[in-house]
Amino acid sequence: MKSFSNTYIFVFSTIMVVIVAALLSAAAMVLQPLQEKNIEIQEKRNILSSIRIKSSAKDAEELYKKYITASFVINTVGEEQEGIDAFEIEMGSQMRKTLEQRSLPVFISSLEDGTKKYIVAVHGKGLWGPIYGFVALNNDFTTIYGTNYNHESETPGLGAEINTDWFGAQFADKKIFNKNREFISIDLVKGGADPESLNEVDAISGGTLTSDGLEKMLYDCLGSYQTYFKNQMKNNK
Amino acid sequence: MSDREPLFSSRNIKLLTNPLNVDNPITVQVLGICSALAITVKLEPAVVMAISVMVVLVVSNVVISALRKMIPPRIRIIVQLTVIATMVILVDQVLKAFAYEVSKQLSVFVGLIITNCIIMGRLEAFAMSNRPWTAFLDGIGNSAGYGLILIIVGFLRELFGSGEIWGYPVFEKIGIYNIGYENNGFMILPPMALIIIGVIIWVQRSRTKELIEES
Repeated sequence: MKSFSNTYIFVFSTIMVVIVAALLSAAAMVLQPLQEKNIEIQEKRNILSSIRIKSSAKDAEELYKKYITASFVINTVGEEQEGIDAFEIEMGSQMRKTLEQRSLPVFISSLEDGTKKYIVAVHGKGLWGPIYGFVALNNDFTTIYGTNYNHESETPGLGAEINTDWFGAQFADKKIFNKNREFISIDLVKGGADPESLNEVDAISGGTLTSDGLEKMLYDCLGSYQTYFKNQMKNNK
Repeated sequence: MSDREPLFSSRNIKLLTNPLNVDNPITVQVLGICSALAITVKLEPAVVMAISVMVVLVVSNVVISALRKMIPPRIRIIVQLTVIATMVILVDQVLKAFAYEVSKQLSVFVGLIITNCIIMGRLEAFAMSNRPWTAFLDGIGNSAGYGLILIIVGFLRELFGSGEIWGYPVFEKIGIYNIGYENNGFMILPPMALIIIGVIIWVQRSRTKELIEES
């Protein structure tokens, strides 16, 4: 076997690493706009899915334009904030701020039957990584119309069930405020939710930590919006 | 070089065809099983995975083979891994840009191509001691052998697990549900992939004399 000097090994590795680094950075830079576009489309599909509209990568842009008629940003006391695009807001970094500093996106959609839905963003922690999604409310700001949850790395078959249809469908018609207009959020119940209950849904068996994370996410995020919801309820009357 | 062999000599043809049958990476060498179980629920991700592995293996094989006289033996494994990892990241980036849906389905398994034993195995066993052209053929052959099994398993699992082929609802169209047929949920779970691969190995061994071990 041919032997190589240490100097040769160092030079060889250095050149190799430089070439690899250049190659990968170039690829990342060239492909980044396309990847970001894909993520944006996925985000739009998630929003559409929360108002129970199925979309594909191809028609998502079009459907989004059709159904999402307005979007704005509010703070936690329910005042509208100018100059921020709701779509650009990263809910994850907002939730790390203190309550007063958060900027929260609201999307308004007008459905074909003439009703308006208010879509808000949620973001929290699952077992292995972040979980996030959108919750659509009817215009009473109390009843959930639809939800869409996503996750980065929950366990397939267990925690990852949060983005299945059966799980999301449970939330429809549940209420996040009780009759006295107190914020009660949604409870994920182990061992079967009471079907009569206003705000209970089944947790995922085997996915306890993800379920707990999701419950906390709803409580924290919908909780940040509650002043806005209450103001809107007063306006409705 | 006067003793240069023709591009498609019988030895070279064997490099292409052996991995499809008597030297199949999955069913005979039993390598790369992990990804074969995980991403064969549907046909489309299985095909995309097969293509990704082919790109990674062929390019890494050729690169390593071309550099084989320059690579210091003491750091050869590191060099091999660097080449593989570079290719895998490139494939992952390209999938995220052009096939986002599929890349989401494949999720971590694209990244895990790095640890696919087939690739390291071929680089170490073949590319380090052969010319680029034969390494190229060896790469095509082995990844095709891997892909072939993936596609067979993916086809069977999608057909009987979801009643579809490439997302097209075959069973619904021919009306088989009307006579009481139901999709087999077990097909969607990883254990069934293992059972299917087991059956493929069984069929293959009973048909191929070379593979029958003498007791």
